[in-house]
Amino acid sequence: MKGKTRSLPVSYRLAVASRVLAAVLGGYIVAALASVSLSSWVPMARADAVVTGMMASFLAYLGAVIWCFACRTAGRAWLGLIVPGLMLAAVSGLAYWVGRS
Amino acid sequence: MKEGFRQAMAWLHTWAGLTFGWLLFAIFLTGTLAYFKDETSHWMQPEIPARSVSSEASLNVAQNYLEQHAAGASRWLIELPDDREPGLSVRWQQTPAKRGERGQFTEKHLDPQTGAEVQGRETSGGEFFYRFHFQLQMPYPWGRWLSTIAAMVMFVALISGIITHKKIFKDFFTFRPRKGQRSWLDGHNAVAVLVLPFHLMITYSSLVIFMSMVMPASILASYRGDVRGFFDEVFPASTTPELSGQPAALAPLAPLLEKAREQWGGGRTGRLTVNNPGDTNASVVLVRDGADRVVHDFGSAVTFNGVTGQLLGTTPEPSLPRAIAGSFYGLHMGHFAGPVLRWLYFVFGLAGTAMIGTGLVIWLGKRQLKHAKSAAMPFELRLVEVLNIAGMSGLMVAVAAFFWANRLLPLGLAGRAAWEVNAFFIVWGLSVLHAVVRRGRRAWVEQLALAALLFGAVPLLNALTTPYHLGASLAQGDWAMAGFDLTCLATGVFFTWAAWKMQRAAQPERVIRVRAQPITLEQEAH
Repeated sequence: MKGKTRSLPVSYRLAVASRVLAAVLGGYIVAALASVSLSSWVPMARADAVVTGMMASFLAYLGAVIWCFACRTAGRAWLGLIVPGLMLAAVSGLAYWVGRS
Repeated sequence: MKEGFRQAMAWLHTWAGLTFGWLLFAIFLTGTLAYFKDETSHWMQPEIPARSVSSEASLNVAQNYLEQHAAGASRWLIELPDDREPGLSVRWQQTPAKRGERGQFTEKHLDPQTGAEVQGRETSGGEFFYRFHFQLQMPYPWGRWLSTIAAMVMFVALISGIITHKKIFKDFFTFRPRKGQRSWLDGHNAVAVLVLPFHLMITYSSLVIFMSMVMPASILASYRGDVRGFFDEVFPASTTPELSGQPAALAPLAPLLEKAREQWGGGRTGRLTVNNPGDTNASVVLVRDGADRVVHDFGSAVTFNGVTGQLLGTTPEPSLPRAIAGSFYGLHMGHFAGPVLRWLYFVFGLAGTAMIGTGLVIWLGKRQLKHAKSAAMPFELRLVEVLNIAGMSGLMVAVAAFFWANRLLPLGLAGRAAWEVNAFFIVWGLSVLHAVVRRGRRAWVEQLALAALLFGAVPLLNALTTPYHLGASLAQGDWAMAGFDLTCLATGVFFTWAAWKMQRAAQPERVIRVRAQPITLEQEAH
């Protein structure tokens, strides 16, 4: 791997760094938004909904990380986080607006 | 990054595993040791006798002692002995001089049979491994954060490893011994697949344990930023009556154990809190022992009036989502496990540790092959090698040094418990230096041999420094004490074998390395 990586261009390294950033930070934000949306919409007592949301969030994080490294380009990795992130934000925002949360 | 989903996952598995591998190795090893926390503490504090006395009798002893020595206290806390933790400990809180201040706590260990105070040596005990496992000897909350981040990386490494390894069950039945790199990979796969459910459970549950710390977004959103509100709802504080100022004798506490048992359908009491003893409004809170069921429920308790014995309240049964979270917690901690299951936990934990260790060895081995002919290794490979040696064999030596420090430090030494921990870190630090100075194989062999010597000699050390040697502990049926000595002896034998294998592998190393070069390993596990 080392012999190969030494010859790898800077653009490749930047792309990897971008994916790592997307996975760690972007993934966390998507996971947090997923927990908020889930906890505001599951029909349960408030504390139970929060516990459910938190437990599920790690699966969302896992999925996001896998997505970031599985897709073909770093740009797609970001896109694949931003779109569901915005959707989840809209879902939680809607819950807030209708006063369910 | 390579094309193809499995290749991408192999890349992720490799680099996530490498960057957090050493930390995860230490977390897994200390967590595994923590399954025998109480037994380790018993060995490290052998003065506290192992006696099987009923909870009722122990509680009578504790109540007598506290009525004589702590009559004016505002609160008593009684920790009842159980099968694994034989000591009876009592604590009491002085009535604070001013209202709103926190009173001073005093703690004493009692002999549950005679009620006499027992003076155990000062020690960090098994608690050290337990705390290190999730706090990493760092200030709050950084250690918890770092260990939870490591857990998330472990989760990613596990799932990407499973995806990489699609022929998971077929390969499980393939083990090619004495094939160098190939055997390490087969071993890595075998320990990973064999106890895969355990790895998944332990990793996911560690995230659940700290979820409200690392993933608080939904709490903040649902409770409008009021985190306390959430905790008050999840763990309702039992309200106990205020001090009345009218003196009244406390009723015997022992019969309350039976009443609590009825409330819990047979569940046993782990500890008791007596608020305002000697007052008409005295109250007794009995907290359930977590050892009798999988679902861990924080603060499952019943409260009685201390004078009349009237039931004042019980905590409600947890709802389904909280019971699920509680069972992940319970499964991770394994408080409910009896001796056989506890050993299984220990063995599975060791398998997890071995999985991480073999992974690190494979990473280095694959890359070393390419530099077999050149005299010097590139810096980054040498760095990984040093970290591998110090992170694995060095840690083992440090664990043994911790046990030796317990027996060799003078009993009267100030800060003795802290010095045990210092010994652990000093030896671990020295192992890094040693790995830097010595060449790879030699460092492995020497550190493994030292670990073998230190572990193997633990029963001898115990016999020379205390009267609780194997002959005595086996004759008394003190299985925790004897089991600890025997496990150390077995560990010593294992490390002797490992050092011997390393030594033998070192001699024809050159030849094998050159010959092994044409073997192309599969694309899996880069």
